[in-house]
Amino acid sequence: MLAFAIKRLGVALLVALTVSLITFSMIHISGDPAVAIAGDTARPETIEAVRKFYGFDRPIVVQYLDWLASALRGDFGRSFTLRQPVADVIFARLPVTMALGALAIAFALLLAIPLGVLAAVRPNSLVDRFALTVAVVGQAMPTFWFALTLVLWLGVYWRLLPITGSEGWKNFVMPAIALGYYVTPAIMRLTRAGVLEVLSSDYIRTARAKGLRPMTVLFKHALRNAIIPVVSLSAVQFGFMLGGSIVIETIFQINGLGYLAWESIQRKDLPTMQAIVLSLSVIYVLLTLLADLLNAFLDPRLRVA
Amino acid sequence: MKRLWFAMAGLIAGATLIATDASAGKKDDTLVWATDRDNPIADPFYINTRELVVIGHHVWDTLVFIDPKSGEIKPLLATKWAWVNQTTLEFELRNGVKFHSGKVMDADDVVYTLNHAANKENAIANFALLAWIKNAEKIDDGKVRINLNRPFPPALAYLAGIGFIMQKGHYDSAPVKPDGKKDFGAVKPNGTGPYRIVEVKPGENIRMEKNTDYFKDGFKGEPNISKLTFRTIKDTNTRTAELMTGAIDWIWDVPKDQAERIAANPGVMVENAKTLRVSYLQFDVHGVSGQKFFTDKRVREAVAHAINRESLTKNLVGPAAVVAHSACHPDQFACSSDVPKYAFDPAKAKSLLKEAGFPDGFEFDLFAYRDREYTEAVIGDLAKVGIKPKLNYVQYTAFVENVHKGRTPVAHGTWGSNSVPDVSAMTAQFFANGPDDLTKDPEVVKQIAEADSITDPDKRKAAWQTVLVRIASEVYWVPLFTYAKYYAYSKDLDFKPTSDEIPQFFAAKWK
Repeated sequence: MLAFAIKRLGVALLVALTVSLITFSMIHISGDPAVAIAGDTARPETIEAVRKFYGFDRPIVVQYLDWLASALRGDFGRSFTLRQPVADVIFARLPVTMALGALAIAFALLLAIPLGVLAAVRPNSLVDRFALTVAVVGQAMPTFWFALTLVLWLGVYWRLLPITGSEGWKNFVMPAIALGYYVTPAIMRLTRAGVLEVLSSDYIRTARAKGLRPMTVLFKHALRNAIIPVVSLSAVQFGFMLGGSIVIETIFQINGLGYLAWESIQRKDLPTMQAIVLSLSVIYVLLTLLADLLNAFLDPRLRVA
Repeated sequence: MKRLWFAMAGLIAGATLIATDASAGKKDDTLVWATDRDNPIADPFYINTRELVVIGHHVWDTLVFIDPKSGEIKPLLATKWAWVNQTTLEFELRNGVKFHSGKVMDADDVVYTLNHAANKENAIANFALLAWIKNAEKIDDGKVRINLNRPFPPALAYLAGIGFIMQKGHYDSAPVKPDGKKDFGAVKPNGTGPYRIVEVKPGENIRMEKNTDYFKDGFKGEPNISKLTFRTIKDTNTRTAELMTGAIDWIWDVPKDQAERIAANPGVMVENAKTLRVSYLQFDVHGVSGQKFFTDKRVREAVAHAINRESLTKNLVGPAAVVAHSACHPDQFACSSDVPKYAFDPAKAKSLLKEAGFPDGFEFDLFAYRDREYTEAVIGDLAKVGIKPKLNYVQYTAFVENVHKGRTPVAHGTWGSNSVPDVSAMTAQFFANGPDDLTKDPEVVKQIAEADSITDPDKRKAAWQTVLVRIASEVYWVPLFTYAKYYAYSKDLDFKPTSDEIPQFFAAKWK
């Protein structure tokens, strides 16, 4: 197990490093950073001065290593437009995005697992087809359209929930639903497949033979085993939520990391853009690593490096 | 399982700590207005977005103010003014005006502010608009003299638009940025205006409260509404939705189709009002972009005849919009529409093209950055006469860069003149040999310099008439239309839009 863990950690680190390299070079290739800071109408002398001050005239490898070294120390530089250290801005906005992601995945699980179990208990029936439809609609519908529809019905027509901001839990209901609905099908299908497979195994037959109630058989024995891959999938989907929240945060005007990402792209705020991509990628890589390790821990058959 | 619930509850509780003020409307005596732009700085000299011009006029005062209804210059911080000679302006200041900090406003403050703004080193965002100021001097506590570095008749209009008066020494306490330069925009806002800034949350809102000590006899009167909050809501649909639920009270720049639908809502008032913005096509007259089609006047004229401007203006822009014929806005002083006009005539366009040697039309690059549907309507009309534009739809900063670098055979631009109601704020920008001038006609440049040195209003108008006629007869531009924008606001609000795009919240009140 340890050897497996170390190998996986090594791969994860390599992936994170590659992502940081790609992010760093893409931002520099897309335009002259000195012009982005000084402005298009600045005089050439100003642009040169800016270039020298920020060190953009050094070889790109040196710039990258310097940036990486600072990043590892938690120093992501200063935001060009928000006039604060980037690290401060990210730490202020991260909890909002994490809360949104957590609520979204919670909603997805609350919807998908019961649907999956129901579908597995009555395979190929009307219930199964219904569950599948609900799940597939979630994946097929564009998130922004669904979000706007929720805003229209729950916010404007029925006035049930507030539309913008992040003051209280009510503000997160619609965004969580809009964001979470998208990953429901994957979780539902996995739950259904897992429960279906487990239900035909010997120990379940034994449990039934012992005379246990169907609910106990289902939840205490079957689901507990079937849910293992679902947990690790959810960990990965959580990472996806963090990255995919840009649209939702913009529509619901939630000041999280996703919204900050869009703002920094619009304002050509390079340090913030780089820091966000790096943070989200690292979190995603860590979650994937966690999922891998969790799976391997619970199921020794998966411990092939 | 229990721990998971606790963790989630903790996360949610944590999120609730990030609170925003949600009060709005008549019951809270708070007017909340929202746009899609984020304004992280609350200093009108160091960020030149429209929102900060508006906030500028609410939190600060200028020496004079232009009444958008009559075009007249009205006293504000100054009670009297006079041109001593072509390059000297003198002002008498109002007594008893206080800054929000408590200090009484006097000549020292005016002199400090104008000298700070006119100094290139201080790099205010709109430096070019006040660059005509050589310096300001104190005559006594109540009198100020402004020395100009060249004759500049529209000086008062520019001072009225962006000459916000700061307290003496305001920028002295500016923090120093890591690169050694002072961060002037970071100084706590302090003005004399009808509202004072209470909180600035970059990316979220700027909150203002009524200044109960505001002087009574100025043009702006006394503010009625207690609290004014500016909010950033990026998504157009969300902004509209929030207006309909009453979470915000006022929006503008509503797209036409949305405006028509919102108008049906009983709680909302929708109005279309004109602005000082003009939409135009600018030609690469010298062919520096490499595509030489528009060096031929016949081709330019063909473009003018090919576009159905009436239809575009009436159907796409809005009821308060009008077709533009000159390279200026009809409401600007010395702007005249008495110039050669080009009627919608596709047949004539085609025959002109044939004459110029392009019987089958040609392809070229068209640059645009705003209101894509208007550009697409233009493209549609041009295609009908055989001219096929390839659309380069870019961000504003990229658009400007391309124009300055001479890469745009045709540029579809817009210009709001910073709301300055004087022809020089627009025509001179594009025809007086500046970076935005693609024409560089020495005759026009000379005529503009002459026109802008005349202080007598009638003589000045006549001189500008010559300039505008030449620009129109040479078809250096095809002016398209003047913008009108849709305002939508709560029915509880007694508000009137004005054409200078400075919403007068200080004059608004609840019904």
